[in-house]
Amino acid sequence: MADIQDEIRQEVTQNPVVLFMKGTPQFPMCGFSGQVVQILDYLGVPYKGINVLEDADIRQGIKDFSNWPTIPQLYVKGEFVGGCDIVREMFQNGELQAHLANAGLPVRAAG
Amino acid sequence: MTVKERINDKLSAALAPLQLEVIDESHRHHGHSGWREGGETHFRVKVVSAAFAGKSRVERHRMVNAALADEFRDRVHALALETRAPGE
Repeated sequence: MADIQDEIRQEVTQNPVVLFMKGTPQFPMCGFSGQVVQILDYLGVPYKGINVLEDADIRQGIKDFSNWPTIPQLYVKGEFVGGCDIVREMFQNGELQAHLANAGLPVRAAG
Repeated sequence: MTVKERINDKLSAALAPLQLEVIDESHRHHGHSGWREGGETHFRVKVVSAAFAGKSRVERHRMVNAALADEFRDRVHALALETRAPGE
């Protein structure tokens, strides 16, 4: 539905970092979502978590929006970054930190 | 044909992989959302293909996801992916 796509587009453009996930950052309901939460929390970057389990339209809508079949999905400055595996790989080799810093977001120095 | 066999066949056809490993990890997600009786819902795929050369991670995952669109629709709930080009 067009309005769901608009709603998603608004979320990812109005919030610098958005994580579509199962559960909430406080209570992830899925191990893959939980891994991304841990990484973002470790980096200390502010983000908005959107619980797709609370809204079936968003749950399907986000898959259509990005043409990506799985949750979680991370967006930075309106751009789709990846799912759990990609975020983890990028974190492990420092690309995620660089990507966030390049987007002007505060990232806690590794250490 | 099992879902695992389908994944193997589709990725072999789509990516002509040099290495391909399809691991059913469904038992590790027993009772979690998406798990179903009989398993074959959660997979880990490790694939090395020349088709990935010069492609971003997102592009690589999209190639795999596109090849497995039917499997995602029918049964597969989660796919952990390791995608490499030769030499990586």
